[in-house]
Amino acid sequence: MMRSAVREMRGAFAFVERNVNLIKRYWGWEVVWLIYSLVNSLAVTYIGAGMEKISGQPLDTQYLITYLLVGTLIWQYLSVIFYAISEMIAWERWEGTIEYTFMAPVSRPTHLIGTTLFAIGYGIVRTLVILAIVAAFFRLDLGGANLIGAILMLLAGSVSFVGLGILAAVLPLLYPERGAQMTNAVAALLLLISGVYYPVSTLPGWLQTVAAASPATYVIEGLRACLLRGEPTASLLPTIGLLLGIGVIVIIIGLFIFQHVEAYAKRTGRLKRSG
Amino acid sequence: MSTHALEIERVRKVFTRKDRSTRRRFWNRPKSPQVTALKEVNVHVNRGEVFGVLGPNGSGKSTLIRLVSTLLLPDEGSVRVFGHDVEKDPFAVKRMINRVSVDAAFFKKFSPIENLMYAARLYGLQAKDAKPRMIEIMRRLGLKDDTFAQPMEHMSRGMQQKVAVARGFLTSPILLLLDEPTTGLDPHSKRDVQAFVREIRETHDATVLLTTHDMEEADRLCDRIAIIDGGEIIALDTPQGLKNRVPSTNGGETSLEDVFLALTGHGFEEIEAEEVT
Repeated sequence: MMRSAVREMRGAFAFVERNVNLIKRYWGWEVVWLIYSLVNSLAVTYIGAGMEKISGQPLDTQYLITYLLVGTLIWQYLSVIFYAISEMIAWERWEGTIEYTFMAPVSRPTHLIGTTLFAIGYGIVRTLVILAIVAAFFRLDLGGANLIGAILMLLAGSVSFVGLGILAAVLPLLYPERGAQMTNAVAALLLLISGVYYPVSTLPGWLQTVAAASPATYVIEGLRACLLRGEPTASLLPTIGLLLGIGVIVIIIGLFIFQHVEAYAKRTGRLKRSG
Repeated sequence: MSTHALEIERVRKVFTRKDRSTRRRFWNRPKSPQVTALKEVNVHVNRGEVFGVLGPNGSGKSTLIRLVSTLLLPDEGSVRVFGHDVEKDPFAVKRMINRVSVDAAFFKKFSPIENLMYAARLYGLQAKDAKPRMIEIMRRLGLKDDTFAQPMEHMSRGMQQKVAVARGFLTSPILLLLDEPTTGLDPHSKRDVQAFVREIRETHDATVLLTTHDMEEADRLCDRIAIIDGGEIIALDTPQGLKNRVPSTNGGETSLEDVFLALTGHGFEEIEAEEVT
């Protein structure tokens, strides 16, 4: 039992180490992607800075800047987790190692745990780097923020995004040629409905109903409550509990679907590098 | 535990291919054509045996290897590795096997050490035990120390294939699946790999399932050989037993190539041509 657990831990670490090595080897991509994300965050936040001039009305610009900055940073973090997990199949296919990895005696939950550990660590580091640079452009006042509550909310939100990532990872398994692009569509839909840059209440009624099913809606709203309004941790607990519950359910459903789709891929011969 | 290393019984595998020749809506689209890759294949491989599978391209060799590797599931029949069913107990099977395929699939920008360390961890090996072993195997295969840390993409095809062989042996599999491991290698590299296969078999008591187009290699390495064509085993015997079935074409000793030609109707020139196109 103990030996088996150690073996699985080594298996999970294989994915962490491999992904760190991939970042080191493809550092040029990382720099380009970081610049893109940084510029994107700055552009979105400058919309807040310019709103008073755009509308010609006196506005609480500082609040707007923080509102948009929180949205863009949280989205950067959540999307890193989503993409790191959803692309675990697409990346293997691209490198041509999919057969070797799926032949190895590593369970799929271990594969996902390794990928998730890396994704969370990578997401935190990347988001902190962006935050540090953006902070040089804008005056951020987080004096009244509940940082402990924000961290708890972010961790709870990460769980549900792991589940969404597992569900999206099924697409490259089913559709070798276009599955990776399909995951972009899923991410774009989450961005639209989850109130990243605007309150969900501005959406049409039917989209608000869809937004209620997105965990990102609760993460972003909860984090804004912590960082902008300093909401105490106790009042955040129901949302954190809800997010953990959604996360656990989505992960269980995701693993169930993934394992069935993996069996289907093995039955139909889709588990190969070229598809 | 089973007396056989590998038992393939009444295995059938059919693939459905997309028909892109007609553009019809899904409700009146004709049924996609089916390709039978394996028809009722039966093979028993003894422990410690080097068992060769020869066949032209598309004959079902790689499908057979992929079924044993747990990468494919059979439509009918069963595949058992040391008594463990690949469908019902894949983890037990995965712990006992490893595979070297014709396309050395690696993380291109990683070094051999990084790629092998990834493989070692996947198989639950400790880094401190795995590293000296991977270096020893790579040296034994003729790779120079200064190549161990360079990116795989800077290495020749032959060197990459040697790293693939090292990866296959690193985890000490008791059933090693070699899917055309020497295709595209220069004669010297080919000899290095073949000598290592023989050495491992003698010292490690491993069973080897080898698919190859190289008749000389099959003759030199294999205890028994199955010839597969159109998804069916059409002959199975020792190399000498196969040669005894076919009279020589030039008055000399019958070669495996003569046997292959006589039994399948395909010449090796055809195989080479298929590979190039």
